[in-house]
Amino acid sequence: MIALRRANDGPVVAVCALAAAAALGGCVARDRGPPPARLLAGPPPSSLSAFKFFEETAPGAPLAPRPRVEGYALVNALFSDHAAKDRHVYLPPGEEVRFDADGVLEFPVGSAILKTFSLAPDLRDPARGARRIETRILVRRADGWVAWPYVWNAAQTDATYAPVGARQSWDVTGPDGKPLHIDYRVPNQNQCKTCHQHGDAITPIGPTARNLRAVRDDAPDLLADWQARGLLNVSPEALAGVQRVPAVADTTLPLAPRARAWLDINCAHCHQRAGSASNSGLYLGWSEPVATALGVGKRPVAAGRGAGDGLFVIDPGHPERSIMVHRMDSVEPGVAMPELGRSVHDPVGVALVSAWIAALPRSMR
Amino acid sequence: MRLGSSASVITLMALLAGCGGPGRGGAERPPLAPGPGAAAELQRLLITAQPGETITLAAGRFEFTDGLSLDQSKVTLKGAGPTETVLSFKGQTSAGEGLLVTGDDVVLQGFAVEDTKGDGIKSKGADRITYRDLAVLWTRGPDPRNGAYGVYPVESTGVLIERVTVSGASDAGIYVGQSRDIIVRDSRAELNVAGIEIENSSNADVHGNMVTLNAGGILVFDLPDLPVKDGRSIRVFDNQVFANDTPNFAPPGNIVASVPSGTGIMVMAASDVHVFRNQLRLNRTAHVLVAAYFLPTKDPAYDPLPHDIVLRDNDYGPGGDDPQGTLQPLAKALGGRLAAVVWDGVDSYRGQRVTPTVNMLEAGDVGFLDLQLGSTPVDLRSARPTDQRPAPSPERPPEPAPIRLAFDPAAPATPVDAAADGAPDHLQTLKELSDRLNELAAPPPPQGGR
Repeated sequence: MIALRRANDGPVVAVCALAAAAALGGCVARDRGPPPARLLAGPPPSSLSAFKFFEETAPGAPLAPRPRVEGYALVNALFSDHAAKDRHVYLPPGEEVRFDADGVLEFPVGSAILKTFSLAPDLRDPARGARRIETRILVRRADGWVAWPYVWNAAQTDATYAPVGARQSWDVTGPDGKPLHIDYRVPNQNQCKTCHQHGDAITPIGPTARNLRAVRDDAPDLLADWQARGLLNVSPEALAGVQRVPAVADTTLPLAPRARAWLDINCAHCHQRAGSASNSGLYLGWSEPVATALGVGKRPVAAGRGAGDGLFVIDPGHPERSIMVHRMDSVEPGVAMPELGRSVHDPVGVALVSAWIAALPRSMR
Repeated sequence: MRLGSSASVITLMALLAGCGGPGRGGAERPPLAPGPGAAAELQRLLITAQPGETITLAAGRFEFTDGLSLDQSKVTLKGAGPTETVLSFKGQTSAGEGLLVTGDDVVLQGFAVEDTKGDGIKSKGADRITYRDLAVLWTRGPDPRNGAYGVYPVESTGVLIERVTVSGASDAGIYVGQSRDIIVRDSRAELNVAGIEIENSSNADVHGNMVTLNAGGILVFDLPDLPVKDGRSIRVFDNQVFANDTPNFAPPGNIVASVPSGTGIMVMAASDVHVFRNQLRLNRTAHVLVAAYFLPTKDPAYDPLPHDIVLRDNDYGPGGDDPQGTLQPLAKALGGRLAAVVWDGVDSYRGQRVTPTVNMLEAGDVGFLDLQLGSTPVDLRSARPTDQRPAPSPERPPEPAPIRLAFDPAAPATPVDAAADGAPDHLQTLKELSDRLNELAAPPPPQGGR
């Protein structure tokens, strides 16, 4: 038996896979996984439970994934108003994920990626009293991905398809112990696409190889686990060659790569050449080589009042004069970046990117 | 046989239209009325719309707290008119614009968008889009807290903007960026930082517009460090460019913040731009500015100079008598005023000399000033102004062909005043002002005028 790492601190789930691909067949025969037809065609079911991704559990109990629904965690995650996220991927019987060294892993037709958001009354103790807000589902169909939002009911027993999204007002204790008001927004279906856009298509954002790989040698490695169980098609050499991306919160690691990693996961889904912000000329991906494209000495184009008093996206040595920090620190629509998915600012991200910009040599401009 | 079958098709279509089935051809659905739940319902309709569908909005005031978005193609969103159907975003708490369109072949028609926190209506990668009979307004008037752009098509092929009124934008009222095949006509841009801006775009006709009380009237710019560059083949003609004297209220980092208040038409770094038969009145800095991109840039693929510019048959009234911004000190040294047409005289960049091709073909009595700044990035202190006109190109650059858009109903050009009649009440005073300016404008357009 192979233990599977869970996204959160929930119980470790035992999986029926025995060793490798051959064992998967045996697993399929006793399958109680979700019926794949729902995923391949037709409109989204009106309730999350209809997919049968999870076992029925008591309201508020941890999500119990059914067979072939795999929990996973990312090295770095998009900031979403401090919400905790439970991640799962469903793979159809006999299918495997194809490796991609740089971009998002390639999931087979019929897969689904689920992200369940929850908030706790006291963000210093996110596991206690947490309530699920929404589950966003990306479904891989023959002609591409589709994105569907589901909003959890008050009883926490199920979630309902909500194409127009939802709003929830939350008053919690913030990570700093102070009261924090969160005007939580479940994005609508079009807004899903705004962030998940790649050219004309929709694509997942988080599950790149580097963002799934263990941060350290002594930590359990999800990619190796999937490979060993026949869920991921990748050579050992390619697997060993996956870049290690630093965890942004790990202050023992160097500043610059952590700041770049933060920008990569929080900004680069839009700020890339095929993304929603392609026209800005500001590209914040992990491997972006051009300093101007990263914002260094770059003048704003369509920022409008988002530019504040700043002249440059990044003014090296001067976070206080850098438009990037100004927009990360704002919660005003028209100024705040990212434009969607947050109503409060991310103190960790602001501090990290500010420190990085402060350390950039002024000669770079 | 053939006749028979097509007749039966027509009958079938008539039947379908008559029975008003649900879903497709949604024009049969009663217009959505304002009221509680209307905001969410409109967003739901925009998400579930099928190609070919028309979503109709009743007259009245719709209030939104979130931005709207339309990702489906071949959808029409239609209100009862820009003074009748108002979409107010005064209470907006999220999203970067009021309405975002990402589908192709979309028609937006007959409504107003007010007080968005960011841009008014943005369309990105939305080909063959029509903006018609719209108003995008910031009701508190010019204010740096207003959104940047009123209507904002970007990265699109095929853009038709007609009879659109935009007022109060803190960057450009009507902004077309990184696009091609563009018509902006019969529209009004008032009290914005820039009235109309065509940026990093090619193949555009900007004509029949009333552009007044902005800081800068019509801008044709090409900027560095953007994925789409080399904007060219643009005609700016038959526009009324009056009294663009509003102080520049753009946030400082934006390039438009450097446009001096009182600029009529400005061409910067774009090529093959023909400016003709416009009426220019009371623009206090200069009626026409032609300039290189004046700031340092590291973009290796960028040419900061304008090329093949043609100025002809424009009608210049009073103006240039109170220059603003960076040109103010220079004007003071010249006795307090600037000529109708000012060219920066930049003829080299990165140490490389180029032959300037600014074709100043106006009548001999039209004032002209060459600042002879030499190279860019520019230093205004190095100006050596002269009224000598540069030698025109050996052969006059051919005028770009008129833009033809397959989806353009090609209605005969509506007189500008018809657009004004459809303007919201609080703009009527502006119309009156424009009319007074019209009266001030003494002579009729010279030959070649309408």
